[in-house]
Amino acid sequence: MTGGYGAADILKECTIGVDRGEIAVIVGPNGAGKSTAMKATFGMLPLREGHVMFDGEDISHLKPEERVVRGMGFVPQTHNVFTSMTVEENLEMGAFIREDDISDSIEQVFELFPILKEKRRQPAGELSGGQRQQVAVGRAMMTQPKVLLLDEPTAGVSPIVMDELFDRIIEIARTGVAILMVEQNAKQALEIADKGYVLVQGSNRFTDTGEALLANPDVRRSFLGG
Amino acid sequence: MNQTFFNQYRTPILYSVMALLLVIVGVGQGWSVAFTILNLCLISAIMSLGVNMQWGYAGLFNVGVMGFAALGGLAAVLVSMPPVEEARAAGGQGVLVGLLILIATIFVSIVAWKQFGAKSKKTGYWMLFIIIAAGYALMRLFFLPSVEAIEGVNPSVTGYLGGLGLPIILSWPVGMLFAAGAAYVIGKVALGLRSDYLAIATLGISEIVLYFIKNEEWLTRGVKNVNGLPRPVPYEVDLQQAAWFQQLAADWGMELAEASSLFVKVCYAGLFIAVIAILMYLSETALKSPWGRMMRAIRDNEVAAAAMGKDVVKRHLTIFVIGSAVIGLAGAMLTTLDGQFTPVGYQPLRFTFLIWVMVIIGGSGNNWGAVLGGFFIWFFWIEAEPIGLWLVDTLTSFMEPTHWLRLHLMDSAAHMRLMTVGIVLLIALRYAPEGLIPERTARKH
Amino acid sequence: MTDFINALVVLSNFILVPALTYGSQLALGALGVTLVYGVLRFSNFAHGEMMAFGTMITIFGTWGLQALGVSIAPLPTALLALPLGIVGAVALSLFLDKTVYKYHRQRKASPVIFLIVSIGLMFFIGGLVRFIIGPGDQIFFDGTRFIFSARDFKRSTGLDEGLALKMTQAVTIITAIIVVAAMFWFLNKTRTGKSMRAFSDNENLALLSGINPDRVVMITWILVGALATIAGTLYGLDKSFKPFSFMQLLLPIFAAAIVGGVGNPLGAIAGGYVIAFSEIAVTFAYKKVVTYLGPDSFQPDSLVQLLGTDYKIAVSFIILVIVLIVRPTGIFSGKTL
Repeated sequence: MTGGYGAADILKECTIGVDRGEIAVIVGPNGAGKSTAMKATFGMLPLREGHVMFDGEDISHLKPEERVVRGMGFVPQTHNVFTSMTVEENLEMGAFIREDDISDSIEQVFELFPILKEKRRQPAGELSGGQRQQVAVGRAMMTQPKVLLLDEPTAGVSPIVMDELFDRIIEIARTGVAILMVEQNAKQALEIADKGYVLVQGSNRFTDTGEALLANPDVRRSFLGG
Repeated sequence: MNQTFFNQYRTPILYSVMALLLVIVGVGQGWSVAFTILNLCLISAIMSLGVNMQWGYAGLFNVGVMGFAALGGLAAVLVSMPPVEEARAAGGQGVLVGLLILIATIFVSIVAWKQFGAKSKKTGYWMLFIIIAAGYALMRLFFLPSVEAIEGVNPSVTGYLGGLGLPIILSWPVGMLFAAGAAYVIGKVALGLRSDYLAIATLGISEIVLYFIKNEEWLTRGVKNVNGLPRPVPYEVDLQQAAWFQQLAADWGMELAEASSLFVKVCYAGLFIAVIAILMYLSETALKSPWGRMMRAIRDNEVAAAAMGKDVVKRHLTIFVIGSAVIGLAGAMLTTLDGQFTPVGYQPLRFTFLIWVMVIIGGSGNNWGAVLGGFFIWFFWIEAEPIGLWLVDTLTSFMEPTHWLRLHLMDSAAHMRLMTVGIVLLIALRYAPEGLIPERTARKH
Repeated sequence: MTDFINALVVLSNFILVPALTYGSQLALGALGVTLVYGVLRFSNFAHGEMMAFGTMITIFGTWGLQALGVSIAPLPTALLALPLGIVGAVALSLFLDKTVYKYHRQRKASPVIFLIVSIGLMFFIGGLVRFIIGPGDQIFFDGTRFIFSARDFKRSTGLDEGLALKMTQAVTIITAIIVVAAMFWFLNKTRTGKSMRAFSDNENLALLSGINPDRVVMITWILVGALATIAGTLYGLDKSFKPFSFMQLLLPIFAAAIVGGVGNPLGAIAGGYVIAFSEIAVTFAYKKVVTYLGPDSFQPDSLVQLLGTDYKIAVSFIILVIVLIVRPTGIFSGKTL
């Protein structure tokens, strides 16, 4: 089974894709269209050409909400939690489209992010930056997505917290979820990536495994600062 | 009519239509009626210009139009009425002392705030509270007995301090000042916050101004009204006795009484048109100047303008004060035209709303549109009553004259008018948000 | 000692009980304004007239029930007709949303445009109400007038001063408590209520979570229609129903919502009581109280009144201005439900 995507135009014929249980990372300089590529994947940007495939099905015409129902989860870069609501309520809202019992999923998120269990009754707006990101990821996990899109999950958190977040992301991927992630911290992100996409001006410049990209001297020189 | 032709000559065509409507009224209902409508149209147009400056140039929403207009009316009374010497003797001093205490209290509060508020807000607030409480108590000590004394002086005729006895034309700039002062205070408080706070705050200030002029009888006679304000134009009786006018009326082939009343109205119209012409010249010049461009730039993108180093709040305050001053001017003119000051007549929301409809229907951001809107809406507001009654009468003519539904409908026709204006506004906002004469540098949506 | 108790009784009778009643009415009104602000993000000037409309339907229901001879004495019949009024106000709200607001919402119009639209609707609804029921006073209260009257109180306590509790006052306060409790239960405990809060907090994220915005908007108007009708009916029972007075309630209601923090339901309630207590306490004549509390045979000449009753409305305004200067976000600094 393949979760594959192809987006185009504003992004000039750029192609990205990720498989189940894999982590794919999009890196590139500022203004390369990384976040745009992700938004296109999620349907927040009209495609002029190309299409988005999911489970072998063309979902290009679906609205973001409908894609959530199909099994896509999205964590925006900012404003990604309900600040006035408690951690638990945030998770509940994440599972809004589900009609079945969600307590198991909440437990799973709490297992993944134990700190959230402690703070379950606190408003998310009172948490630290790293904890907020955990809530944001946890919220997106609540729909039990097949693919999870993360827009710069480590923006504005300290290096230690970043490492921990990456560990968690690996854990999520191991449960069989496909993860597509845009990252500023290219080096660290590529280290955990199965696939890496280097975008420049909206087009694919390099596509390879994370390891290979890290080893590629061109990539190192241009995008990883030596 | 060719569509492009219409668009090209939109303004002159629409103004001609308006003129034609007035002529029709003149022929049908008499010229005196037509000029009465015209005069109020002109005043509405000035108010509409003021609102257009705030809304069209700067995107500020003022719900307190009637409050500012009432301040203009108050100016007319205070400037033009003869002073009541007896009342001044009875309580003038006490009121003056009270006012001085009030000013002193404000002054001391400001000084105290600067001294203590900077160091600790808490002490500052307490200081302010104590100073204001003490000042207020002291003021009332002098104020209340004097007020009672003033209101006791021949209450059925005067019972108030009167005015300065100056020519009433002078009250027009004074009305501007009054309104500008109130606008400055309210703008200082509410501008720079969320946009709807200004709306609510202006609603508040206009309510309070109206309560003030209704209740402070020593100043305004309150609900007893001030009648017989002096006029800037000749009186009918004088005209009727003047030989030259008798000759003129004979030349026109009109009756003396009718001719004199028409002549007075024409005089008013001339004055008002002069004011409108000056205002139009000034506001068109301002709009085309770099200042006007900057104002519109701020309106269209506050964030960008702020990023370019423009002090948005300060600019908004300027335009808010200027716009309110124009409304104050119109208020003073209205009271001058009426020849009396009737505080109960200012219905805060109702007429404010009418002015707003004028601006939006006319074309927000376009001065010619605002003036035209003032004309059109006032015209239909006045003519809607006979039209509505006629409509109800015709529609229910099959019923018996005493049928309850027919009677109810006849009684309620007046409310239909307000409802209709509401619907007109909603339709305009939806289908023609640009108005009759759109802003020339059309905003792209 | 008796003097002290007498003074307290005067204060309770003329400040505490009326302010609690009036405060409950304002709180319910402000709650409606705050809900619209929290979800739809504009200040709804039409709220006062919606209160009048709901109350009008309730009055028709009351008259109908009275004609049928239905009564729940000692309680006022209007309580029984309340559901009818709510249905009417909700139907009108939903109709107006569909025909008017929805278009501007889809175009993502600015809050000021919504505000102007709501003023247009205010005049539309206002005209409708005056057209149907007329601008005059309507008294639709029935049932027992007093739970206990001042005379009863004096007789049973032997004090010089009386404390009365009108049926309408008790009904208002109790209804307000029930409605507010139900409201908070709904917002904090039910899935739908939480989805409303989520939508109010972060619209985009709510959409991503699959929360249906149309449904949230619909539920908001249902709640607002219900709150408006209840607040309006309680006000009408306590004072009397006159379309004009609902227009006048607009400023105190807005003041209450802003003082508490617009968009914050808890703030709206606190704001309602703050405004009501200040309004009544500032315009109350303390002569009697001072006479009781002061030294013997001391009697002040004046009424000992801070501000004439005519300036009631100024009190809301002054509080509003103070809040805007000192703390523009309101006591509870709210922006979301």
